Amino acid sequence: MHMIESGNVAAATGVKLARANVIAAYPITPQTPLTEKLSEFVAAGELAAEYIPVESEHSAMAVCIAASSAGARAFTATSANGLLYMNEQLHWAAGARLPIVMCVANRGIGAPWTVWNDHQDTISQRDGGWIQIYANDHQQIIDSVIKAFYLAQTVSIPVMVCYDGYILSHTYMPFEKPDQDQVDAFLPPFTPENMLDPDRPYNFNTVTLPDVRPDIHGQTAPGYMEIRHCLHQDMRGSIQVLEEIDKKFQAAFGRGGHPFVEPYKCEDADHVVVCMGSLSYHFRDVIDLLSQEGLKIGVMGVQLYRPFPEKAIVEALYQKKSIMVFEKALSYGNQGALYADIKSALYPCENRPEMKNFILGLGGREIKTSILVETVRNAVKHTAASDDHPMWVGLKCQE
Amino acid sequence: MKPYKFSNFLSKSESGPGDGGRTGSWRVLRPVIDTTVCIPSKTGKPACFNCWLYCPDAVITKTIPPVIDYEYCKGCGICAQECPANAIEMQDESQFAPKEK
Repeated sequence: MHMIESGNVAAATGVKLARANVIAAYPITPQTPLTEKLSEFVAAGELAAEYIPVESEHSAMAVCIAASSAGARAFTATSANGLLYMNEQLHWAAGARLPIVMCVANRGIGAPWTVWNDHQDTISQRDGGWIQIYANDHQQIIDSVIKAFYLAQTVSIPVMVCYDGYILSHTYMPFEKPDQDQVDAFLPPFTPENMLDPDRPYNFNTVTLPDVRPDIHGQTAPGYMEIRHCLHQDMRGSIQVLEEIDKKFQAAFGRGGHPFVEPYKCEDADHVVVCMGSLSYHFRDVIDLLSQEGLKIGVMGVQLYRPFPEKAIVEALYQKKSIMVFEKALSYGNQGALYADIKSALYPCENRPEMKNFILGLGGREIKTSILVETVRNAVKHTAASDDHPMWVGLKCQE
Repeated sequence: MKPYKFSNFLSKSESGPGDGGRTGSWRVLRPVIDTTVCIPSKTGKPACFNCWLYCPDAVITKTIPPVIDYEYCKGCGICAQECPANAIEMQDESQFAPKEK
């Protein structure tokens, strides 16, 4: 069915189609309309889920952890400081291998207080053991949410579906809503091997000693480090699983084909702009304008950020002259996180491309197409020795 | 090729000996029961058993004489504190450790 709705409603519709069993959330701008929509679905009897209003994001994630441990398909959503308030529980959810799905409507982090879009909230959570998928438009939001439930339960790792606050969360765009029958046929039921079950009692995630130990059957039970190594291995393994799920999704719904990165005019390009989220679609206008000037340039949106799909990234970028990474977040005192990751992925390549890092749009600072055109045009012209310090685009006064 | 299995390693345990780890290695002081003073041991009657009752790790048996499982006893000393006959002495664990060569 064709819909024209906001990105938050696209996300809520995806959650409904995936038949989430438990939803626990605390309102925060710009995510609020998503969970409001879900509570409407539940109140109207359209979604047979338990909607649990909680007093904080920390509790929202705690409820999801409990629900998921009991074998329920659990969902929550948040933004910015709400996500940070969950932090401790986020690491727990990943370590406990619970396939929770969460939408994050990306928003800048206070202080100073901001409600507008950038990526600092989810980038700050990149090392917690969650899979992170960045959607570029409304269609990708609804599709990613459905795929996220499939991926999470297959690999037993929680998944964050991230999309730009306001730019996507509050704007209206047309998208296809898949039929319930099709989603039911696509998404297998959630039948966890390990769950809280009074008939088969187990302790989960109690104090785990540094070393391995014999369990009560005399088998070697893993220590903390083995369990964490397993999480890392499974994160790596989930790259291939996402590719397979994307293929199945494409066969069922006719959309997809770019589970890791989405290139635009990159094939013959000398220069490639890399970024995440809606900015990568915004950049297509910039690329079109610069192509008309005779520049061989493309843009690549990174959709899977954790686990990092370095194989796909290296394949797309290793033969280019220069790479420009535009980011709405950074690791303060160093560089943009995406820039550092791409640089490290390209390190083993011969004739590494020249790389530049740009920081922009923090706290919702407007990103004008004309400024992007000028920035990229200048960056391509001045291909002096790479400067590892990120350049800030759109600063209007400096201290 | 065997299909890759996800989440092979979880922190998962059942209630039973050993599944919380051999916590006896945490012990600094070892409770030692003097059976000439211990009430059930001395009288041969199933009486007292405060040590069994109060042990937070349930590592003391309700037998005559009571037996402490040193694989799991953490050496907290509650049994020694609760024994009405002062039959339990907390002794330095190092004297029981095998001597290094």
